Amino acid sequence: MRRVAILALALAVAAPLAMPVLGQDSLPPAPYAYTELPDPAQEAQALHLMQTIRCLTCQSQSVADSDAQMAGDMRHLIRTRIAAGETPDQVRDWLVERYGDYISYEPTVSAITWPLFAGPVVLVLLGAVILYGRLGRRRRQAGEGGQ
Amino acid sequence: MIAEFGLVCLWLAAALAGLQLVAGLLGLKSGWEGLAVLTRPAALVQALLCLVSFLTLVVLFARTDLSVALVAANSHSAKPMVFKLSGTWGNHEGSMLLWVTVMSVAGGLIASVERRLPERTMLATLGAQAFVALGFYAFLLFASNPFERLPSPPPEGNGLNPLLQDIGLAFHPPTLYVGYVGLSVAFSFVVGALLTRQVTPDFAKAMRPWVLGAWLFLTLGITAGSYWAYYELGWGGWWFWDPTENASLMPWLAATALLHSASVLAARDALRAWTVMLGVIAFSMSMVGTFLVRSGILTSVHAFAVDPERGGFILALLAINIGMALALFATRAGTVAEGERFSVLSREGALVINNVALSAILGVVLLGTLYPLLTEAFDVRVSVGPPYFNPVTAIFALPMLLVLAVGPLLRWRGDKLARVRWPMVALAVLGLVVLAGVALLSDVGLLPLLGFAVAAVVLVGSLLPLKGRNLLRLPLATWGMVVAHFGVGIALFGMAADTAFQTERLVAANVGDVIEVGPWSARLESVAPVAGPNWTALEAAIAVRHGDGAETLTHPQARSFWSPPTETSEVSLVTRWNGQLYVALGDQAQDGRWQLRLWWKPFVTWIWYGGLLIALGGVLALLGRVLTDVRRRRASTLIAARRGDAEVAA
Repeated sequence: MRRVAILALALAVAAPLAMPVLGQDSLPPAPYAYTELPDPAQEAQALHLMQTIRCLTCQSQSVADSDAQMAGDMRHLIRTRIAAGETPDQVRDWLVERYGDYISYEPTVSAITWPLFAGPVVLVLLGAVILYGRLGRRRRQAGEGGQ
Repeated sequence: MIAEFGLVCLWLAAALAGLQLVAGLLGLKSGWEGLAVLTRPAALVQALLCLVSFLTLVVLFARTDLSVALVAANSHSAKPMVFKLSGTWGNHEGSMLLWVTVMSVAGGLIASVERRLPERTMLATLGAQAFVALGFYAFLLFASNPFERLPSPPPEGNGLNPLLQDIGLAFHPPTLYVGYVGLSVAFSFVVGALLTRQVTPDFAKAMRPWVLGAWLFLTLGITAGSYWAYYELGWGGWWFWDPTENASLMPWLAATALLHSASVLAARDALRAWTVMLGVIAFSMSMVGTFLVRSGILTSVHAFAVDPERGGFILALLAINIGMALALFATRAGTVAEGERFSVLSREGALVINNVALSAILGVVLLGTLYPLLTEAFDVRVSVGPPYFNPVTAIFALPMLLVLAVGPLLRWRGDKLARVRWPMVALAVLGLVVLAGVALLSDVGLLPLLGFAVAAVVLVGSLLPLKGRNLLRLPLATWGMVVAHFGVGIALFGMAADTAFQTERLVAANVGDVIEVGPWSARLESVAPVAGPNWTALEAAIAVRHGDGAETLTHPQARSFWSPPTETSEVSLVTRWNGQLYVALGDQAQDGRWQLRLWWKPFVTWIWYGGLLIALGGVLALLGRVLTDVRRRRASTLIAARRGDAEVAA
């Protein structure tokens, strides 16, 4: 429940959140929502991060893929922080701290998400067992049949 | 009157489905054979009535009859005619009516053309088809009546979601529905074969055209849906792993597996139980897809109907149909022998690997799609997106595609390694050379890098079955396989190239500014207002030039629809053979500059060309199978006629 409460709060303050940042800026509103950073290396870092940050007001879109107001504010936020010299991981941690795990698409193993990673491992094993059962046995039988 | 006529037709169709169920299943019992003759006519008349009912709804939408609740809620008199018509299925009730219509027409088709199977299996199949259809009739008539009237009609309708007012999307849902319903036919064949214990190559041959057809439509639907998301959402993404996208991908994966295992069953009488199981899974995935999209459990750009109560109904149908099918499978599994044997190094062996890998990918997509819904039920929200799906599905997909490159070269039943050693070595060398070349010459991520190598292997490997064959005498179905596999390579190359090499520019531009993106330069000429039938827009004129080539003018728009009020971005695309320039117009900043987004997306179009080639392969295979059937049937009637003549003469 706490997570949901935090999330609801996060959603409620999402739009105004960007305002204090803007207030300190002399630039027009959210300049980095639709503009790249001047340094291509930093822009590449920011873009890569934005592609893995969820737009909370959209469905299944990253903030790099959306016209939503909030996605624009988030892009501005991320670019500003990267420009200020933070690493992408620091920015992600900061976002997760504020908005919860939900905001990050980057898969992390935790008490809640472990089945997502155990699942494919089980599938690999299951696939191997089925293939061994179907093909391995066939080979033996074919071998016996051939003798 | 028209609406009531449609409703009456629908009720009658439902009643006939009931008759078809009773006649089909009772007809199997000894002593009740007399009832069996009713089954095929019931299926035919039902198809006709359902079709009339659906056309009635189309007429209501064409006339914008606002006394009908559905029309008032989803249409508007000012809408262009084509979108009035597509509005018929651009909503929950209409789309479910389309579903049962396609289903009953499919039932009518089997009833009138399928003569290969033993009559008892046909009866059981038609009975099963009627059972599944009845569930959907009940859903329509009790929980989502499309013909409901309003006590007092409103002066004007609500309109259709402008995102859906797009010619591509008008035909996207029906395409997927035909695919889903085709899988329901495969499911009916499976149940029929299980009921009469006739899991034979003939069963696989009778089912295969339906699986091929369903798979073909799903392929087209997914390809079109991906292209739609690409140009309509305005940010250049072509696959989001959105749950509604996954809802169409999962049945496709299952159908692909089913298609290949049905081929094994048809050709070699092997993989019987596995094919039957896949038939059940494929239809389950269709219903899971329908449930996800229709129940409102997700809210996204695709989920245009949101109603949790209906979700319960679909979930119940899913549980009943699949539960009963699995129970039947469990009781019959012992009597369905595994079939003929084969060695690892054989066509069947490769197809088993294909099946296992496809099933594993299906498992991953299902897990990743449902897991967030599960945790949400416990008040924990997690995000599963591309960073999860891309690498995890690739673990299974890339090895599978390598097998795809060599599998068709192998013989049925068992092959000698010596015979296929050199093609395999050549393909391996090719893959490694591409891998090393791309890695040395450019700095790309691991997945696109592997993508390039596997694409090269698939592109060459898919053509190898043509080697040494007389191309004019090659069966159509073999051409279908080659074309579809080649398409997979093309699509994979497009995905890798776009992921690795796309360049993006986001700028605030004044009129006259020049923006460089990749090999292109673009100059903002002007921005002016324009108006359409139910929207107004700001339209930019941007002169773009590739390298030193000629300038062309493109016109991206920021569009505002007024009923219901919605903003959309109409991007403009400049297509070359080796990619697309993608231009989108954003808002005007306070200082008067315009936000422009430009992408150069190398070879991105190959993704959809690949999808179309895969579908074309399906068309060729389907055509080949059907033509062979028709020819064989004609030959057998001819022989029968001659024999008759001979007997008369004697």
